[in-house]
Amino acid sequence: MKFGVVVFPGTWSDKDCFYVIDQVLHQPVEYIWHKDTNLTGFDCIILPGGFSYGDYLRCGAIAKFSPVMKSVEAFANAGGLVYGICNGFQILCESGLLPGVLIRNDHLQFRCEWTNLRIENSDSPFTSKAETGQVISVPISHGEGNYFADGATLDEIEKNDQVIFRYSSPEGCIDMDNNPNGSLNNIAGITNREGNVLGMMPHPERCCDPLLGSTDGEVIFRSISDTLSMRSS
Amino acid sequence: MFDKQVLDELALSEPEYGMIVDRLGREPNHLELGLFGSLWSEHCGYKHSKPLLKMFTSDSPRLLVNPGDENAGVVDIGEGLAIVFKVESHNHPSAIEPYEGAATGVGGIVRDIFAMGARPIALLNSLRFGSVNKPHNRYLFDGVVSGISGYGNCIGVPNVGGEIVFAESYSGNPLVNAMCIGILRQEDMTRATTGGEGNLLVLVGSGTGRDGIHGASGLASRTFDDDRELRPTVQVGNPFLEKVLIEACLEAASSGKLVGLQDLGAAGLTSAAVECAANGNAGIQLYIDKVPRRDAGMEPYEVMLSETQERMLLTVTPENLDFISGIFDKWDVACNVIGRTTNTLRTEIFEEGILKGDLPVDVLTDPPLYEIDGIRPGYMDELHSFDWDSIDIPAEGPSETLLKILASPNISSKHPVFRQYDHQVQTNTVISPGNDASLIRIKGTTKGLAASTDGNGRLCYLNPYVGGIIAVAEACRNVSCTGADPIALTNCLNFGNPEKPEIYYQLQNCVQGMAHASEVFGSPVISGNVSLYNETRDQAIYPTPVIGAVGLTENVDKNCDIAFKNEGDVVFLLGADSFQEPISSLSGSEYLEVIHGKVAGNPSIDLELELKVQKSCRSLIGAGLLSSAHDCSDGGLVVALAESCISGGLGFMGSLPNIERWDVALFGERQSRIVLSLNPENLEEFNLICSVNEVPSIQIGTVHAGSFKIEGLVDINMRKISDTWKNALEPSTV
Repeated sequence: MKFGVVVFPGTWSDKDCFYVIDQVLHQPVEYIWHKDTNLTGFDCIILPGGFSYGDYLRCGAIAKFSPVMKSVEAFANAGGLVYGICNGFQILCESGLLPGVLIRNDHLQFRCEWTNLRIENSDSPFTSKAETGQVISVPISHGEGNYFADGATLDEIEKNDQVIFRYSSPEGCIDMDNNPNGSLNNIAGITNREGNVLGMMPHPERCCDPLLGSTDGEVIFRSISDTLSMRSS
Repeated sequence: MFDKQVLDELALSEPEYGMIVDRLGREPNHLELGLFGSLWSEHCGYKHSKPLLKMFTSDSPRLLVNPGDENAGVVDIGEGLAIVFKVESHNHPSAIEPYEGAATGVGGIVRDIFAMGARPIALLNSLRFGSVNKPHNRYLFDGVVSGISGYGNCIGVPNVGGEIVFAESYSGNPLVNAMCIGILRQEDMTRATTGGEGNLLVLVGSGTGRDGIHGASGLASRTFDDDRELRPTVQVGNPFLEKVLIEACLEAASSGKLVGLQDLGAAGLTSAAVECAANGNAGIQLYIDKVPRRDAGMEPYEVMLSETQERMLLTVTPENLDFISGIFDKWDVACNVIGRTTNTLRTEIFEEGILKGDLPVDVLTDPPLYEIDGIRPGYMDELHSFDWDSIDIPAEGPSETLLKILASPNISSKHPVFRQYDHQVQTNTVISPGNDASLIRIKGTTKGLAASTDGNGRLCYLNPYVGGIIAVAEACRNVSCTGADPIALTNCLNFGNPEKPEIYYQLQNCVQGMAHASEVFGSPVISGNVSLYNETRDQAIYPTPVIGAVGLTENVDKNCDIAFKNEGDVVFLLGADSFQEPISSLSGSEYLEVIHGKVAGNPSIDLELELKVQKSCRSLIGAGLLSSAHDCSDGGLVVALAESCISGGLGFMGSLPNIERWDVALFGERQSRIVLSLNPENLEEFNLICSVNEVPSIQIGTVHAGSFKIEGLVDINMRKISDTWKNALEPSTV
């Protein structure tokens, strides 16, 4: 199996994601420059966090025009695993690979802090090694992570179990006190209808090492590598 | 001869103008005079501070490059790695336009670091504002924090710490000091030089505009009363371009194909090119029409003095030009040859083939230096002989007094600020902001770096020399509380107008104190920056030297933060053998100001004890004996205890026997004390290490759940303590 980490100008979680796959998962991983279009040989494409193109127009709105994104779309349509974290989630929404949008946090400030995520659906390639209802502690770091979709879209993603993570209390309670940015239904991460494209605002690559305070993020990366191992066997 | 108004605008005096004419043997033209105005400014030329800065010694076996030779000293940390770091002020721009002033302050210090071939791995900020209850100060505070957040978060460098202090002397004159730490493989180090004759000067990054003209001479080198007129001299940042520049410049630096690399900061192209030429012992020709512009019709004067952000100057040999341009093309960053080096030792500026300015490099980089006879300010004696009997013990009792102090903006939680900064990107942050110092690991090694900034303006006001010593001691103590050994220092000197003898006295004595402490700690000052003329309507700020200390630990797994960890752990005060302190330990304390409205007394420190306390603390952490360590400083012992409780979500129960005045015991701020907690099983080894180091310690109590109790004095439930401390600085409107 091989992971690819896409680098846009302004991306800054590329090295953090690379490090986890290389040093924690011990799996092959390469950087993919945003002007490259050949994704042959990759099994999972990660769109990492950062401020691609400065996020000057709208988060992810310019990155979606990078040459690599056409290939990512084809890769996703062919069933490949695509995983957007933070800015990567925003790019996936702007590209239409995921429904909805990420708007400015309701309190209008940037937030970098630990949040609790309740895993809503473990029947996903990204959470197969977790339990539904399990709560993991993962940091956020964003100014525009407030998930929004129109009523019909929201109903549909809820009905199809596309919501994978919701912000919660440590005990798994979902309410506004445990919503760091105003996201509808406390949504922190969703997949596409087919389940092979995941976007989430929190940063699991920041909590895969006991020295950094938590290893809760590992379950996502391990689920992906587990899924890929099963696919190839 | 230029009229006085032109000279004023450039912050040049008439005698200085006379000196320029003498040394050139002719009158300079307007462009040439502009170059002098910038390079002979306090900001670039250090006219009043250079003689004082010589007091800093810099002999340490760890120094690979001496501070005098480059933008900053380079410190060996072993395994082929080195670090560079520096703190720099952006006070005046932030007073005028807080968001952009602070944002570009971050951008500027980051460029200083990657200009040396080092990857920026951590940012810290030391901020000072006037009382936060005044709307204008709140506006400056919110704007500065947003600016740091907006710029820093975008470039992917974690903002791991710093401090924020409020005092009326900073009203209208906030201090915004940004510090950056960078790491490099020793062979990748780049230098600020043009090299010899025949090299090409290459400008990369942003198109040059009219922003920031006279930033160095106008904003940073004189006092001003009405700041609105100066707003156009504040630059506007583009953090996205900065992020791309970091990557492209580091790629170029690691190729080994650069002769020199320098950032364009204060005085823009003028300072970058002329300083590189001076370092390379070369001359330069600049072809001003080759500089890409974002404004039409700019004069050579404007191009040379523009402080447009996100620009770097590279020197390359002609054969490497294509290779280096290739890197910048890949990153879609503009890259243009704008000049070349000569053997003339002159700075020649051409526009479309016509020579517009021609000055010797050595005259430009050799401003006059001023040593002023300082006069000890009259207020010092008065405040030193303060009548302590006039301080009544508060009738409201210790619990209420503690709550008041916990709610003071200087003591209360800074979490509402730090949570706006990305402090985790790069996934190295082991100890986060909100502790004494922050700690980051170095991937691929077992090492860690701790960093802290410190500088108590109140204490420096009361006694500049001792305040200077304490600034160094406290920054080092903070670093020691994580287990790391403070190996080097940086500093930013924020003072009023040095031409006034009383201000010069403060500056001189603070520097003397800092230099002395730096020598005692064996921790050299590797870089620095000076911000003078911090006065508004003739009112100077507190003398505020900000010290940035960086510590190294060889085993980052063995670290400590301030939080109590386990119920039943015993709590000790290191550096004291009784709870009775002299009443003079209230000098310059938070208690004295918050409760009694007074700033008075004469601070003191015992450096010999300080060294022992810090060394023992590091040994105890290194031996894995401690659960927590917290420097006892602003607010005194009881505030340190409360903070360790709040951070750990636990309570405390203890007693302070044999004391005369509870206010002195609880809130006195004697230096050289650390609050520790440890498992009782470690007591024997703990005592052994303390006695080997000849350091006194005394047990205060134990860690408990639920409430915060000091026998006969304080009894408050933790919820109340925690809420009081956490909510004091929440923004009034979001």
